[in-house]
Amino acid sequence: MITAGIDMGAKHIKVVILKDGEVIGKSKISTGFDQGASARKGLDEAGSQAGIELSAIEHITATGAGRKSVPEKNSEVTEVGAGAVGTIRLIPEARTVVDVGAEEGRGIKIDGAGKVIDFAVNEKCAAGAGSFAESMSRALEMTVREFGEISLKSEKTIPMNAQCTVFAESEVVSLLHAQTPKPDIARAVCDAIASRITSMVRRVGIEQKVALIGGVSHNIGFVSSLKRALNCEVIIPEDPDYVGALGAAIIAGERKTNG
Amino acid sequence: MIANYGYTDGSGEYYIAINTDDCLECPQHLCVNACPKNIIEIIEDDYDDLVAAVKDESRKALKYICADCKPSSERPPLPCVSACPNGSLSHTW
Amino acid sequence: MAENKEFWRWTEYSWRDENKDWRGAAIITAGIDVGSVSSQAVIMADGELYAFNNTRTGSNSPDSANKAIEGALAGTGLTLENINFIVGTGYGRVNVPFAHKAVTEIACHARGANFMGGSEIRTILDMGGQDCKAIHCDEKGKVTNFKMNDKCAAGTGRGMEVMADLLEVPITEVGDLSFQVEEEPPPVSSTCVVFAKSEAMALLRDGWKKEKVLAAYCSAMAHRVSSLLDSVGVQEKFFITGGIAKNRGVVERLEKELGVKAVKTKIDSQIAGALGAALFAKTLFEKQQAKSVA
Repeated sequence: MITAGIDMGAKHIKVVILKDGEVIGKSKISTGFDQGASARKGLDEAGSQAGIELSAIEHITATGAGRKSVPEKNSEVTEVGAGAVGTIRLIPEARTVVDVGAEEGRGIKIDGAGKVIDFAVNEKCAAGAGSFAESMSRALEMTVREFGEISLKSEKTIPMNAQCTVFAESEVVSLLHAQTPKPDIARAVCDAIASRITSMVRRVGIEQKVALIGGVSHNIGFVSSLKRALNCEVIIPEDPDYVGALGAAIIAGERKTNG
Repeated sequence: MIANYGYTDGSGEYYIAINTDDCLECPQHLCVNACPKNIIEIIEDDYDDLVAAVKDESRKALKYICADCKPSSERPPLPCVSACPNGSLSHTW
Repeated sequence: MAENKEFWRWTEYSWRDENKDWRGAAIITAGIDVGSVSSQAVIMADGELYAFNNTRTGSNSPDSANKAIEGALAGTGLTLENINFIVGTGYGRVNVPFAHKAVTEIACHARGANFMGGSEIRTILDMGGQDCKAIHCDEKGKVTNFKMNDKCAAGTGRGMEVMADLLEVPITEVGDLSFQVEEEPPPVSSTCVVFAKSEAMALLRDGWKKEKVLAAYCSAMAHRVSSLLDSVGVQEKFFITGGIAKNRGVVERLEKELGVKAVKTKIDSQIAGALGAALFAKTLFEKQQAKSVA
């Protein structure tokens, strides 16, 4: 059986194709203005990597903010549901899933079968998501990767006053004018996002082990801040940004089997 | 006066509303010690009344500061709200 | 290379009532509003508006307060020593070196709106540079209820500046341009300036004209502030203060959404806070005098 999951994120579209439960193709492309066309492009890329025609896919499940805009989909699943199922496949001992994407953050509590027990979401505000780090790294004139790396060089905790990304940009500029070292600013930014994510996750209750998924997992500065804020180990699966798409593909398989 | 301290952001509205007219009648100010995060203080307002207010530095982060008192399921009563004998304190979220 | 223009920039200026002479006045007071984006100084002679200055807030509050008061004093022959009482307000109110007292901007805006729009004003919306406030007041301009949002840039002047810069439209022209559309577009995401900005860029890529994007942004902003107002309720008469009050793109869409017209005045909406502070100064000075007599 061949199924696919497509995760229509705010910044990137991720596709995973499964054949009898094994990943045979995947792709990650930027989300264009025409979401339907971008979705098609993502599916085509993953399909050619898998060496199959799209018509060979028996069920496609879409997730993510733009999941409604996938013409090829057979069904939909929420980001929470897809993230939970994808995580438990990769990290069976995970009980809390922290999912941080470009424009959204989520805390999900799951049982051993990947069933969602409780969740909390932060959406529609850039302050608790990847865009925050992105805007701040732009203000510091570096890439998000460099930004994450230099933040590790700091051992200082500077609190950021501004919550809003727009106001925080001005605050970062003032910190630069005040000759604050860039690593300290970068750490302050990572700490700020981590503290917002942590208080959101606390609402569902933190049960170990904690898994971190979503594109922001690639920011090592954020990961380090999150570990400090949660005060526990955080497990990041391989390809953390594909977990939602993987979960959707697994769910596609279940739906196909159960009719 | 009904003083709403807090903010709105994309994720929702987070205000602690204090009815300062009721607050005037209450000399004990039990809310101040009830808050585990110590975010309530007594101030002299613009009309020279001594009333409870949310501390300035806490006003922009209520969603995070108050999160520990607000688990997402099985919500217990809020310490600040239950401490006030006049019922002059409430949360919008 | 493209010229690096500052599209958000507005003109700083001073105003003085040429028909008045402060020398005949019994009480001269001043109000200084040091906001996050702009600062104003208002001088009143016997409770009447005499002179004011509106300037951009610099990197520190004391300098901005000095600049504003110097601008208002210039050409009047007045010096600081002639002023009986000075009240500081706004975000930097505790850092006005020459002020006798600080009063919150909420109380000052209510008092200022009561003066500018009359004693029938019950609801005030202040759309400032980095915050937005919904205020209820009584016939004396005393606050009865308020709700403010200063955490998030959506619904503030700063949010509008971000959009003006992105679209390369001078901020003072945003309002008029936003009506140059054949049909009112749906609002952009009203929730977050960062997301609205990426949405606006996508709309431009999709071939939308600047005017249409501005219309979509103005109505998102109107929607955003109307929900703040709705949560306290709008009681007539209604008055708008702050810089955005000058942007008809937002004001007219807001009036339409609320179904309520705002009372208009010729006095610059940005000085409402400083004006209220100057009025507080008069009351405080009279109290002080009454005390010293007794």
